[in-house]
Amino acid sequence: MRHAVLFALVLFAGCEREDREFRADPVATEADARIAMTSLSPGKGGPERSGANAKAYEENAYHISQGKKFYSWFNCKGCHANGGGGSGPALMDDRWVYGGEFANIVQTIEEGRPNGMPSFRGRIPDEQIRQIAAYVRSMGRYVPKAAAPGRSDDMSPGKDEQRRLPGRPADGGIVPPSAEMPQ
Amino acid sequence: MRPRCAFRPSLIWSTGLLLTGCSGPQSSLDPYGPDADTLARLFWNFTGFLTLVWVVTMFALLFALRPRPEPARDPLAHEQNAEHGMVLTVAIATALTVISIAALTVVSYGAQRVLFSDRSPSLSIEVTGHQWWWEVRYEDPRPSQTFATANEIHIPVATPVILKLAASDVIHSFWVPRLAGKLDLIPGRTNELRIQADKPGIYRGQCAEFCGWQHAHMAMLVVAHTQEDFQAWRAAQVSPAKPPADAEQKRGQEIFLKSPCVMCHQIRGTPAAGKVAPDLTHVGSRRTIAAATLPNTRGNLAAWIVDPQGIKPGVHMPLIKLDAGEIQPLAAYLEGLK
Amino acid sequence: MSDVALHPRPNEKKEKELRDTDLAGRALTARLAATWGSDSGLLAALSTVDHKIIGRRYIITAFVFLFLGGIAAAVMRLQLSRPENTLIGPDLYNQLFTMHGTTMMFLFGVPIGEAFAVYLVPLMVGTRNIAFPRLNAFSYYVYVFGGLMIWTAFMLNIGPDTGWFAYTPLSGPEFSPGKRVDFWAQMVTFTEVAALAVAVEIVVTVLKQRAPGMTLDRIPLFVWAVFVNSIVIIFAMPAVMFASTALILDRLLGTHFFNPAEGGDPLLWQHLFWFFGHPEVYIIFLPATGFVSAIIAAFARRPVFGYLPVVLALFATGFLSFGLWVHHMFTTGLPQLGASFFTASSMMIAVPTGIQIFCWIATLWDGRPVFRTPLLFVLGFFFIFVAGGLSGVMLASVPIDTQVHDSYFVVAHFHYVLIGGNVFPLLGAVYYWFPKLTGRMMDERLGKWHFWLAFVAFNLAFFPMHISGLLGMPRRVYTYPGGLGWDTLNLISSVGAVLFFLSFVLFLYNVIASLRGGDAAGNNPWDAGTLEWATASPPHPQNFDRIPFVTHREPLWAERQTLPVVTGLAVERRELLVSSVSEAAPDLLESSPVPTIWPFVAAVATGVTFIATIFTPWAVAWGGPITALLLVAWFWPKSIKDDE
Repeated sequence: MRHAVLFALVLFAGCEREDREFRADPVATEADARIAMTSLSPGKGGPERSGANAKAYEENAYHISQGKKFYSWFNCKGCHANGGGGSGPALMDDRWVYGGEFANIVQTIEEGRPNGMPSFRGRIPDEQIRQIAAYVRSMGRYVPKAAAPGRSDDMSPGKDEQRRLPGRPADGGIVPPSAEMPQ
Repeated sequence: MRPRCAFRPSLIWSTGLLLTGCSGPQSSLDPYGPDADTLARLFWNFTGFLTLVWVVTMFALLFALRPRPEPARDPLAHEQNAEHGMVLTVAIATALTVISIAALTVVSYGAQRVLFSDRSPSLSIEVTGHQWWWEVRYEDPRPSQTFATANEIHIPVATPVILKLAASDVIHSFWVPRLAGKLDLIPGRTNELRIQADKPGIYRGQCAEFCGWQHAHMAMLVVAHTQEDFQAWRAAQVSPAKPPADAEQKRGQEIFLKSPCVMCHQIRGTPAAGKVAPDLTHVGSRRTIAAATLPNTRGNLAAWIVDPQGIKPGVHMPLIKLDAGEIQPLAAYLEGLK
Repeated sequence: MSDVALHPRPNEKKEKELRDTDLAGRALTARLAATWGSDSGLLAALSTVDHKIIGRRYIITAFVFLFLGGIAAAVMRLQLSRPENTLIGPDLYNQLFTMHGTTMMFLFGVPIGEAFAVYLVPLMVGTRNIAFPRLNAFSYYVYVFGGLMIWTAFMLNIGPDTGWFAYTPLSGPEFSPGKRVDFWAQMVTFTEVAALAVAVEIVVTVLKQRAPGMTLDRIPLFVWAVFVNSIVIIFAMPAVMFASTALILDRLLGTHFFNPAEGGDPLLWQHLFWFFGHPEVYIIFLPATGFVSAIIAAFARRPVFGYLPVVLALFATGFLSFGLWVHHMFTTGLPQLGASFFTASSMMIAVPTGIQIFCWIATLWDGRPVFRTPLLFVLGFFFIFVAGGLSGVMLASVPIDTQVHDSYFVVAHFHYVLIGGNVFPLLGAVYYWFPKLTGRMMDERLGKWHFWLAFVAFNLAFFPMHISGLLGMPRRVYTYPGGLGWDTLNLISSVGAVLFFLSFVLFLYNVIASLRGGDAAGNNPWDAGTLEWATASPPHPQNFDRIPFVTHREPLWAERQTLPVVTGLAVERRELLVSSVSEAAPDLLESSPVPTIWPFVAAVATGVTFIATIFTPWAVAWGGPITALLLVAWFWPKSIKDDE
């Protein structure tokens, strides 16, 4: 019985949960900028829409909490408030003007968008952009509950991310509207 | 040499330990200020007395274990008169314990009165703890005379200085052992700690409350100057950053301003106005970088920029992408910010 | 003194029951063993309610956690053996010291005292099983699940990393993302449930199940110690239970207990935690005073001098331990007057502890000490614990505390009091009671080697920490810069720590070797005076064939020929003698529960509920009713005699 438990513990030692990788490999975080803006494409199968390493960020509480910190430090709040939107669009609903997949958000931060969203390429390191993108995804609870942040130690702006209802990509918002309504 | 001891046992102890090296850049037994001095004396007095207590107790125990000729006897057979003697001995020992405890409490309280007495400070400085660095803000009624620096607190000698301690994230604790005892920096509160240095010099301190990954590397220096030197330093700090002196530094400034550095750091006199990391306006004048982790040299600046996570894993300073040729000018520019 | 016969009221409905007056000798032993014994097989092993089997499991499990915590410590010391070492990084180091502290305090320090109490108290007070034996089984399983949970989490790299006192806001939702601290908070809840359950059993066993004649002034000092300890547990644990629940509510439900911006306060956590945390230190220390009293009486060859003062000192220690939590918070900027009060109260606790030490030394002084391994460990206890206690007097002083608080001086201090005050007496206790638990003696020569290695290595490891702390080294640093005068001291500490760890390996070897080939012990190898030595080694399931009648504080010394006994208890069902609180006069005959699987099943349900609440608060909603249903099953009337 005890041997079995020890054996199980040793087995568990093999898998690492909540890994905190402080020193990301710069090559691995090189932006994969080739993200399609539309799901329309000739032939079978759509173009790739999500980044290869999205899960590594979205399912890791450490990365999301770092993203939350940077979201505030880099003044994303100035336009998007706590996700409810201001001069910039809301980030906690299910409407995404430029796509709500992880890779879309990374690209939005890196490249900027018309009508006010600045490009942060070269201003925010790639690793941190991914962390911010993961946090933005957590605002509408498109990330696992166990990884989403709890409340902050300041005035409460509303329900903390981990207690929000999970986002529903099926509502259509997560796909860039351009995919459905070619202009 | 300042008298270090109040009575004999402590003298013996202190000399004994001093031989093994009581002094050190961060030793509480090597005081350089009146408060730390009071504390060190109190410590030696307690140590002397309590060592005596320990030795007496151990002698009593050793004597209790003395070999004795009498044969084993029935465990329940003991002499009545021996019991009387033991009652008396234990009663006296208990009474002595009570008296010593009361005396030590009074002595401790006396020192506490001295330490927390009011002495009018000439200067007050705001110290804010961040994970894992110290923000130091010199207040002044004239807004133009206020400025911020980091990880290095400059004070004039022989003057009490009040530190207003606050924290922006988690609890830290301000501890410069050669000048004063420690006091916590707690979010939502402001604590006031008085420090005073008797001699010009550099006194190392360190965060003493566990605050996360880089708690071990959250140090700071207190630099005590003569009054004139302090005023000169202050005047220099108030001014905005010097413009680059040569072409390399100029290029370094360009690199700085177009890189992610500006998101967090401020250099007064340039567009860089980040608020979440140490103010770099006069970073070149500081003795250390990375919260007193590395001596401030061009090589260390470069190493810190290239690989902060290698030097302090978990620190909030990110890895940024720079070309090989950009590192030297950037380090040169920062080094030049005297 | 002659035997006492009980005459229970005859039950008219049934034919006459078989009672111990009808049998004698081997036949009685065998019949009682059949009644009180546990079957073999996995299901029966999980159903047992025998306090000796559960106590033994408790002891072994606590020692397993001691070894795990020790491994964590050894790895930390390797990392600190030289400056700027890169053996392990800060993330793993923080998890290691949190696991070390948490394991040693919650999974070893508290349970080990209770474990020995579970095993020994019923034997020492002369009864057949602990009060509420099913609750006892339940508490053990809850404890094991809590320990397994936190160590499994650590193996999965979701071990807690905020220190064993988990100060907010660092342990709060913003600065400790993920599930790490949630596991820690739930582990605290697990161990509390277990500790509280055992504490209640001990209190009831001591008050209501003492053998007739064991009046209050004949209770063995060990039993007094664990009795006071249990009372301290009952009052201290709810504070941390609230604290850990508030923390997990902050983290998972977005409450603001510790958020200053919304009217909470991070210092609230410290007050709540230390209101438990300081008594906790005495919860670890008090059972050890019981070990010391027992061992000194046996090896000084006389009863402990000053029975009444020692008992009163135990109560005083327990009471005062609730009045000095603030000395952990002297550097938080409290008002000076309040801090001074806690200086006085913290120093005052030296008085009852001093009284006990003086009484023990007086006992040795007047006795005829026999230098066997258990006594050696007690002597080591004096050497180390007195030093630690005196450095504690220094920490009680507000001004001195501002220099040494949270430095390695404090680390040295509390290892002196906790290892000196708990582990050394405990090792002595293992050598002392090992013959009773197993029927075999431990090897004396290895035991002496073990003692000297442990004693020297301990001082080598921890004495230099006093100095490194005074030289400014803060605790909980994963590394330190060279050139601050700490290098050599840390290297010495690391060498000492590794040797100290090896001394435990030697101990483990001695235990295993003695289990296989130790000398047969007999009932009373040390010729000690308390009741547990009147039973067989190891004791039969019923403990005593006939309940002893106690005429003296050291019954086996007073009644050399035969122990007077009480007769008239049933033989074919589990019948206990319940006695009055102060005079221990026979009061009632009551049935003791039979083995059942329900405590185990209820513990599994409780464990699953606790762990599930980490992931969803709804676990309370479905876990609560399920557990409640299982409890109904557990308590369902089984139509035994008492229920009629």
